Amino acid sequence: MDKNTCKAGTRFTAGIAATAFGAAFALGAASVKAEDVTLTIESWRNDDLEIWNSKIIPAFEAQNPGIKIVFAPTAPAEYNAALNTKLQAGTAGDLITCRPFDASLQLFEKGHLASVNDVPGMENFSPVAKSGWSTDDAATTFCVPMASVIHGFIYNKEAFKEVGVEAPTTEAEFFAALDKIKEDGNYVPMAMGTADQWEAATMGYQNIGPNYWKGEEGRLALIEGKQRLTDDPWVEPYRVLAKWKDYLGDGFEAQSYPDSQNLFTLGRAAVYPAGSWEISGFNVQADFELGAFLPPVKTAGDTCYISDHVDIALGMNAKGKNADAAKTFLSWVASAEFAEIYANSLPGFFPLASHDVKLEDPLAQEFVTWRAKCESTIRSTYQILSRGTPNLENTTWVASANVIKGSESPEDAAKSLQEGLASWYKPQQ
Amino acid sequence: MDRQESGRKPFRWHILVFLLPATSVYTLVMIYPLAETLRLSLFREVDNSTVFVGLANFADLFFDSRWSDQFWNALWNNIYFFIVNMLVQNPIGIALAALLSIPRLRGRSFYRTAIFLPTLLSFVIVGFGWKLILSPLWGVAPTLLDFVGLKFLFAPWLGKEAYALTTVALVSVWQFIGLPMILIYAALLSIPEELMEAAECDGVTGAAQFWKIKLPLILPTIGIISILTFVGNFNAFDLIYTMQGALAGPNFSTDLLGTLLYRTFFGHQLQLGDPNMGATVATVMFLIILSGVALYLFVIQRRITRYQM
Repeated sequence: MDKNTCKAGTRFTAGIAATAFGAAFALGAASVKAEDVTLTIESWRNDDLEIWNSKIIPAFEAQNPGIKIVFAPTAPAEYNAALNTKLQAGTAGDLITCRPFDASLQLFEKGHLASVNDVPGMENFSPVAKSGWSTDDAATTFCVPMASVIHGFIYNKEAFKEVGVEAPTTEAEFFAALDKIKEDGNYVPMAMGTADQWEAATMGYQNIGPNYWKGEEGRLALIEGKQRLTDDPWVEPYRVLAKWKDYLGDGFEAQSYPDSQNLFTLGRAAVYPAGSWEISGFNVQADFELGAFLPPVKTAGDTCYISDHVDIALGMNAKGKNADAAKTFLSWVASAEFAEIYANSLPGFFPLASHDVKLEDPLAQEFVTWRAKCESTIRSTYQILSRGTPNLENTTWVASANVIKGSESPEDAAKSLQEGLASWYKPQQ
Repeated sequence: MDRQESGRKPFRWHILVFLLPATSVYTLVMIYPLAETLRLSLFREVDNSTVFVGLANFADLFFDSRWSDQFWNALWNNIYFFIVNMLVQNPIGIALAALLSIPRLRGRSFYRTAIFLPTLLSFVIVGFGWKLILSPLWGVAPTLLDFVGLKFLFAPWLGKEAYALTTVALVSVWQFIGLPMILIYAALLSIPEELMEAAECDGVTGAAQFWKIKLPLILPTIGIISILTFVGNFNAFDLIYTMQGALAGPNFSTDLLGTLLYRTFFGHQLQLGDPNMGATVATVMFLIILSGVALYLFVIQRRITRYQM
């Protein structure tokens, strides 16, 4: 018996040796073959793997022989942690997909991201587009902006026709339409839940809010400390949100984000407070005609404001070995060609460069026309204000969910947000 | 001289050699990270450099309302979570074990397996499964209640501050009920038959037999189960994370120390991770669990009478 084990052991070791040898040989062969520069892209967009591999990368490689691109995404929730670890260990890819604001700013300050000021094509971006990836004084930009997402409402055109309502433009029309849908009884007026909390803040507060705090004007005034979260422009959206409760489905308190998506695409709800990133998913899932309308303004004729939130960008690993190739790729990302491919393969993610890009998807086209009609702003909590503890973005999630559920009054919610912000943010003290 | 030499015991190197692999692996993956966590909690990052701050992080966690509100909330929730687990899981576990040990019971191995099965499932399956069952939109819970005319009892439990934590705790009980059941069942089986026969001769029968003879004999096992539940509950994270997300909604009503640690250490959405504060929370969790286990080992366990069987 001993002898047998021994023999098996030898064979096993031999097997390992052979495999190892084979692997080494294969690796050697591969490295001999590839003299090209290979750039690896770190990203959290694993949903986009297919689009990168079949459209974006081939288009770039056709024009730039000698540069190979590998798109290597990680799961969204793990991305920040995984990226930090890789950067510290020096094993991160040459190109790094940038989250907006502080997460990337911190990487730049720690010397992990290089400046992209001198990348050709950067002149195509407006200061607002670059705001998500610039130092606080806007002197240095460290990622090339790729796309933004726009907030608004997506609605079921057939349901609207059936009930006999038009897409609303003012707050009064909005609630009148919801009342009528509710009366009709065939549809849940609005598909949203508060279980995941972020929808209440992102698709609720940040969606309708800019009309009340006048977009950039209010956002910057808040950062400078000239306005308080307890001021009317910031409390008013909460008063409106508090009215939403009656139009949400039964048990919306435990309705999660995917629940809301399904409720709407199955045709059971009429209105969906949305971000434009939903477009591609909804196009596939819903078998009815989709329309979109702007966040309603207070009175007809008011200037409208939209949240056109910078969402994703691409930066360069400061310690990457192929800086020149990486710059070539980044400058292509700033080009019209990239914008066109990206915007059309991912309808709902709108390019931030000033190129005139033609969108084939009608719904996405509808969203993007708003940029011409309304003033753009970004989500109020993202720049600077979520740097401390408690974090304004996270507390806004909780407060918005509480207000919609009715467990906290708009004024109380605003008061607690203001106290939290003032506890660490000097201009608000 | 020969005799003297063989009389002196040579140093037994083989003991060290045999201990080495386990000790080194354990040190590497358990003791070193633990020590490192304790160390991290005494430092703080100021302007991109790490400085020693003594117990300042702990002072912040306990007394500075920016941290302490969340911390005390999580701690209280955790205690409540533990109490629900103890009060529901253990009595039901004991009752199930007692039922299983009835000699005339048919299909015993089926029940045993069926009740134990959820313990083997991953948290993610249990979490999502229950989330779906309880969903007001597509869940079977409202439909089933409707069948028996009790629809009015249904509420979106996971979304209500008042019920969410209890609901999650009961899901946790459902998942782990098999553990106390199987341990107590084993303890009941090990009680010798003669003892029961002797009891019958003395006129102790039926329920009295259970209360007066079996229960005292399985008390040490119940003690072990309690301490396992304690450690498990104060480490709990997965179930909350899968059912309620890292923000442990609604309004932090299901926030446990584990989810607080996760948010603090790794960050969440725009909240950047803070390894030092995270280590502080982890250290506090470690100390709570350590003191709980110590209390059990040195105070409670010594008072439990053990009977020779």
